[in-house]
Amino acid sequence: MEKSLAEIIVVTSGKGGVGKTTTSASIACGLAKAGKKTAVIDFDVGLRNLDLIMGCERRVVYDFVNVVLGEANIKQALIKDKRFENLFVLAASQTRDKDALTKEGVEKVLKDIADEGFDYIVCDSPAGIEKGAFLAMYFADRAVVVVNPEVSSVRDSDRILGLLASKTRKAENGERVQENLLLTRYSPERVEKGDMLSIADVEDILGLKVIGVIPESPEVLQSSNAGVPVILDDVSHAGQAYTDAVGRILGQDIPLRYTTVERKGFFSKLFGG
Amino acid sequence: MGIFDFLSQRNKNTASTARDRLRILIQQERSMRGAPDYLPMLQRELLEVIRKYVNVDVEAVKVDLIKDGDNEVLDISVALPEKAAASG
Repeated sequence: MEKSLAEIIVVTSGKGGVGKTTTSASIACGLAKAGKKTAVIDFDVGLRNLDLIMGCERRVVYDFVNVVLGEANIKQALIKDKRFENLFVLAASQTRDKDALTKEGVEKVLKDIADEGFDYIVCDSPAGIEKGAFLAMYFADRAVVVVNPEVSSVRDSDRILGLLASKTRKAENGERVQENLLLTRYSPERVEKGDMLSIADVEDILGLKVIGVIPESPEVLQSSNAGVPVILDDVSHAGQAYTDAVGRILGQDIPLRYTTVERKGFFSKLFGG
Repeated sequence: MGIFDFLSQRNKNTASTARDRLRILIQQERSMRGAPDYLPMLQRELLEVIRKYVNVDVEAVKVDLIKDGDNEVLDISVALPEKAAASG
């Protein structure tokens, strides 16, 4: 079989609400900004949301399932981003049944996109470990596992890592999906106080190094309110941390930022302020 | 850390509790990964049988599938209480 040149990245987590869609949107924007032709696909059939985070919700005409069923071709269904001409969104179907996606259907859509000369295809996985999540990860070359420094999220991430190592095309061919851990909603202050797992704790428990650490920050909500992925807010710490993470995905060696408490003066230290 | 911080040390270090719990749980879940579905059921039924004769703890029976080269070994261990108090 002909090998497509597009790198397929799945953004997954197991647990819901940890920041998968925020991360998918930001990684896709970051890759596009770095000059890579990028498509980002919403695999959450029935619970479409990526369009909203990307700010293109009013321009969805055809969706993922339309392409799978041959009701539209990939060129018709890819929504061109208004900020980057090399960035495209494929929305999930809001009305269809989850069973509308099949392995063959997904493979066809990914191939159609790759044939359009894309460099990266980012797959935004639904929560859970059912069919949608399985299909989102199946064809991946790389997985960005989004994890919060919190017990249930860490446990679910380990479950997902197990599935990546066994239920993917790469695994079936005796290869490995490249696994990257992305720690989100991180609060150095709470880590220092001893009420949040540290980066080292999470890395140690999951046996994997982080590719990025996104600090808990109000700009993440503001960005989703506005439909502008937070990576485009280059003043915010979260946006800068996403830019760094994308740089690392592209192979750059960038040190972590915003992962330690900003030091206070002598008096506030003395009085524990 | 400030000199008055001891006043607010009630909830000290829940993060280390989280870390320790996760280490144990994840190690256990990884060892069960890829194991046959019947293992938990087998473990439960063994426990029931053993409890007919010995008053053991719920965690006393461990069933693990161990890979030994090409062979798979079903490793069953039962921890008896210190004073083997037979209930029968």
